[in-house]
Amino acid sequence: MPETIVFYTFSAVAIGASALVIGQRNTMYSVLLLIASFGALSGLYIQLDAPFVAMAQIIIYAGAIMVLFLFVVMLLNAPREDAAEWDRAHPLHHPNIGRFGALLATLLIVQLAWALAKVNGLDAPVGARTDASVGSVVEMGRVLFTRHTFAFEATSVLILVAMVGAVILARRESGEQ
Amino acid sequence: MEIYLRPVVIAVMIFVVFNALIMASAVLVLAERKIMGFMQQRYGPYLVGPHGMLQPFADILKLLFKEELRPKGADKWLFTLAPILSVVTAFVAFAAVPFGAETTIFGLLDEPIKLGVADVNVAVLLVFAVTTMGVYGIVLAGWASNSKYSLFGGLRASAQMISYELAYATSLAAVILLAGSLSLREVVDAQAGTWFGFIPRWYVFLQPIGFLIYVIAGVAETNRAPFDFPEAEQELVAGYNTEYSSVRFALFPQAEYINMVTMSAVAADLFLGGWHGVPLLTELGLGWLVFLAKVGVILFGYIWMRWTVPRYRYDQLMQFGWKWLFPASVLNLIVTAALVLYLDA
Repeated sequence: MPETIVFYTFSAVAIGASALVIGQRNTMYSVLLLIASFGALSGLYIQLDAPFVAMAQIIIYAGAIMVLFLFVVMLLNAPREDAAEWDRAHPLHHPNIGRFGALLATLLIVQLAWALAKVNGLDAPVGARTDASVGSVVEMGRVLFTRHTFAFEATSVLILVAMVGAVILARRESGEQ
Repeated sequence: MEIYLRPVVIAVMIFVVFNALIMASAVLVLAERKIMGFMQQRYGPYLVGPHGMLQPFADILKLLFKEELRPKGADKWLFTLAPILSVVTAFVAFAAVPFGAETTIFGLLDEPIKLGVADVNVAVLLVFAVTTMGVYGIVLAGWASNSKYSLFGGLRASAQMISYELAYATSLAAVILLAGSLSLREVVDAQAGTWFGFIPRWYVFLQPIGFLIYVIAGVAETNRAPFDFPEAEQELVAGYNTEYSSVRFALFPQAEYINMVTMSAVAADLFLGGWHGVPLLTELGLGWLVFLAKVGVILFGYIWMRWTVPRYRYDQLMQFGWKWLFPASVLNLIVTAALVLYLDA
């Protein structure tokens, strides 16, 4: 019973915070709500007996990536998205934009429903599926470097490319101060 | 132990640790001012209580009675949230730090308890994760104040903490490889005993470079001199906390001192053998005294460093972090991993 309450609390926080991320206009608040959502997610991971994944979630997403987000928001110093709201001629007010967005949202919902329909075991009680091997770091490393080697290496190449791109974009031209 | 006694013991533990941390920050403030005074050939605080011992309490009382100001353009919610976030993450991080072996407190309890608030099996990661969340308090304080000095302090804090987090985490990873566990308690217990009968089996002897990197990155993570850029007073007035006053202001140094204690406690656990090292005290169940002594030594080093080394320049900070500290820590990790693999095989 307590597990169920904790589960629903975390879920409610995760869903509520995620909805508010796009539901309100202050970008600063959006970033913070996203962090809250990540925190709730990591709570759910702990309930699934995956403490390592939970901590990785906080360190990487809530810790490192969101600090960068915050950094960018602060540097741009654009806490509000007012321009699109008041300016009727703004490109975001074009009717086709709305239609395109609705189409994307429908697609996403269909995909989600399709994916959820394929997953089995969703009706099992919360906290009952405690597969200890999921959280074990050793097991995780083994799977990552054997069965999923290709995905792992491909991701690292992707990150390398992104990093080189960032360096080139940020590089000062010679002679430029 | 009867089943109903367990929550009581845990509650007492939380109460003791919470208050010990608050007292620790008061003692540290005094120690800092006294040591600073000694280094600058003066007395330091001397009037409140014998030898100025009660000075921190006078400071806190003064802060409590100050007017709480909030700048006109400040963000109401985040301005209040920022100091709370700082101090909460500081307290939570210490919850996963063990500070003593299992003890029955001289036979007071029927069943031994582990000294430490929570015995988490990924404690190393938990402490790291929560301390990295501490940067939000500083960044938000800088942004919410609606002041350029505060904003610069916040920006610097986020850049600095991201840069030094890498070296910090990598030096932790090398110790984790040696101990083969993510639990701080298991890492400490792996350091019990001695080599050749007289050298304690502390990881600082296997990981001297790792220890050095950990301490340097730890100083940068807690924003202490010579890495105190977020509050560099000659350039930024007081940095991220310029616009704060009264209790809200008091929470920032409080969080900083608690973070220092956590950083030192984790260093003692990971590199200096935690509560091991003095067999007599360990047998008496007083290993936590050894632990306290080690934390005290590291904290003294912190204060010593602050009043000895001048602040870096900002570009030096970034160069040092990215071009020296991080590569050194990666090299250290690779060599450690190779040796562990070679010696195990």
